[in-house]
Amino acid sequence: MLEIKNLSVSVKNKIIINNLNLEIEKGKKVAIMGPNGSGKSTLSNVIAGKHGYQINDGQIFFNGINILDLDPEERAAKGIYLAFQYPVEIPGIANSSFLRTALNSIRKYNGEKDLNTREFLEECKDLSKRLNLDTSFLSRDLNTGFSGGEKKKNEIFHMLMMKPKLCILDEIDSGLDIDALKVISDGVSKYSNENNSMLIITHYQRLLDYIKPDEVHIFNEGKIIKSGDYNLVKTLEEKGYQEFV
Amino acid sequence: MTTSETAKIVEEASEYKYGFTTDIEQEFAPKGLNEDIVKFISKKKDEPQWLLDWRLNAFDMWKKREYDMPGWANLKYDNIDFQDIHYFAAPKSDEEKPKSLDEIDPELLRAYNKLGIPLKEQEFLAGIKNSHKVAVDAVFDSVSVATTFKDELNKLGIIFCSFSEAVQTHPELVKKYLGSVVPTNDNFFSNLNSAVFSDGSFVYIPPNVKCPMELSTYFRINAANTGQFERTLIIADRGSYVSYLEGCTAPMRDENQLHAAVVELVALEDAEIKYSTVQNWYPGDKNGNGGIYNFVTKRGTCLGDNSKISWTQVETGSAVTWKYPSVILKGNNSKGEFYSVALSNNMQQADTGTKMIHLGKNTSSRIVSKGISAGRGQQTYRGLVSVLPNAINARNFTQCDSLLIGNDCGAHTVPYINVRNELSDVAHEATTSKISEEQLYYCRQRGINEEDATALIVNGFCREVLKNLPMEFAVEAKKLLELSLEGAVG
Repeated sequence: MLEIKNLSVSVKNKIIINNLNLEIEKGKKVAIMGPNGSGKSTLSNVIAGKHGYQINDGQIFFNGINILDLDPEERAAKGIYLAFQYPVEIPGIANSSFLRTALNSIRKYNGEKDLNTREFLEECKDLSKRLNLDTSFLSRDLNTGFSGGEKKKNEIFHMLMMKPKLCILDEIDSGLDIDALKVISDGVSKYSNENNSMLIITHYQRLLDYIKPDEVHIFNEGKIIKSGDYNLVKTLEEKGYQEFV
Repeated sequence: MTTSETAKIVEEASEYKYGFTTDIEQEFAPKGLNEDIVKFISKKKDEPQWLLDWRLNAFDMWKKREYDMPGWANLKYDNIDFQDIHYFAAPKSDEEKPKSLDEIDPELLRAYNKLGIPLKEQEFLAGIKNSHKVAVDAVFDSVSVATTFKDELNKLGIIFCSFSEAVQTHPELVKKYLGSVVPTNDNFFSNLNSAVFSDGSFVYIPPNVKCPMELSTYFRINAANTGQFERTLIIADRGSYVSYLEGCTAPMRDENQLHAAVVELVALEDAEIKYSTVQNWYPGDKNGNGGIYNFVTKRGTCLGDNSKISWTQVETGSAVTWKYPSVILKGNNSKGEFYSVALSNNMQQADTGTKMIHLGKNTSSRIVSKGISAGRGQQTYRGLVSVLPNAINARNFTQCDSLLIGNDCGAHTVPYINVRNELSDVAHEATTSKISEEQLYYCRQRGINEEDATALIVNGFCREVLKNLPMEFAVEAKKLLELSLEGAVG
């Protein structure tokens, strides 16, 4: 699904990602763990297409297409979804109308007709129940005045509505209480199947205990320094990053 | 042209056997402004002597200030030569008009298509030869719809007609209220308008009648070519209610660069007037060539106790906008509101805001202004909140937000607050923000392209104002904002 080859990225001439190679196969859940400032968020932004990064070298293939020249919205339309670490607030736009605009933009890009509004709203309501969200959450302004936990839940809510092929979860677990963490990881686990892939970026073990990744990579100074399966998470939790750095 | 030549034209024109609206080819006055021109206009409209005298008095006052145009607004434009303007110029003759849409600026057509305007209406708006009759039929489905509409209003005693018609049919009302809210010499442009006003709307709502529909100029069949010096007067008698819509979201072409309208609203005891405007005159091209200069005086008086006047405006057009819809809160417990969205893109300039003058006790006012600047646009909010000594317990709340798109535009806020008693409460909040890269990136990551994302964020920014517009107007206004923002990003 996603193939990163020899990727080098810098910001203001400082190298952040250094000759990275990473492959995420279809149906797999891949976790990247690493200390603060190791380049994890840069990686998710470069995959999603955020401007402001210098790509010095390398390619990123998504289902066989090099996506580095595509705009963020084109990548989104192809099925790449990023759950933001810090979701932005947009006052005056209801959460549900934002989501509908997003879905219809993607449908338009892919040559499909607009959503049926009623069906869309019903799906929204069903899903918000499953995620334990009050339905007022749909009519509130996008992320505006949401608590930290609500913002993160909303990212998962958008993800489940948009049904992407590749989900990048950028520290979705930061600032969550244990109940919210459970709701979110349940949502992610239920969505994960053989047709999509997950890239989970986190500091901590907690989330991974719920999601159970297939592969775990430890990231430092812009590259992978250790790879393994779920057991690596435990080792990391016991010994800390120092062991690997 | 000498005075005697003008007089000759006046004579010839007045002998012309067809009426003003039926055959326009022969209708014109030479460029320039003098007493004869004022007489010509009045004569063409077959006005009574008192109105001619009123115009002439206005002209006398204006003449003294002709070279004294106000310069305090934050606007830059070329000097206006008031002697180089037609004050009674008929629209172009059919021979001069474009023959089909093929001859129309493709940019304009693109705008029409984007707004989803039917072809027949497009032809009308673009001023295509012979398009008027067809368009009116297209708009109204058939004339009978408009007739039914008029019947319904008549039954309730509501008067809704052109200003010129009202002068003939209801002179006592016109005489009583004309100039009662905006005095002739109030300002340079109201003074000019008072001398040469062309036409506009007249509305009277009898006591205790709630007007059952939104009154729109769109529904007034003779509304075409009300001209550049529009004059509108709306009177809501005791306990009545009316919602009035002015303007059109479609970009209108107009040969006249200078527009100077006057709108007066009068709300008697317990009455309410809601006045909504969408202004989309030609803004000029990207480099600031052409475009309408719009100098408008709009004011309402809450004359009676417990009355209310509410202005809502969406201003996206014109090269220069100078406009301060205001409310004089004279009646006790009266309320004034001003909700505004003004957008300046490319080289557009807008200096707009409101005045809330609190005279009565327990009067309250609310101001919500949303200014959006893009391109090299300049946007100024200028507002006055004045609480006079007798306005005990007056309250005002002002929210004044500016949104910047790009690095070359400007937003300015000039609030004047004048409180003359200690028992009143005045609050002013202002913010200036920029659409952030993070907001755009978030939207784009969700599949929404940059242009749509900008429009979405702008719509959100304006929601508090847009929600005050009648439903169908609000939908159009949203589309209009999107259209006006084109080219503002990327």
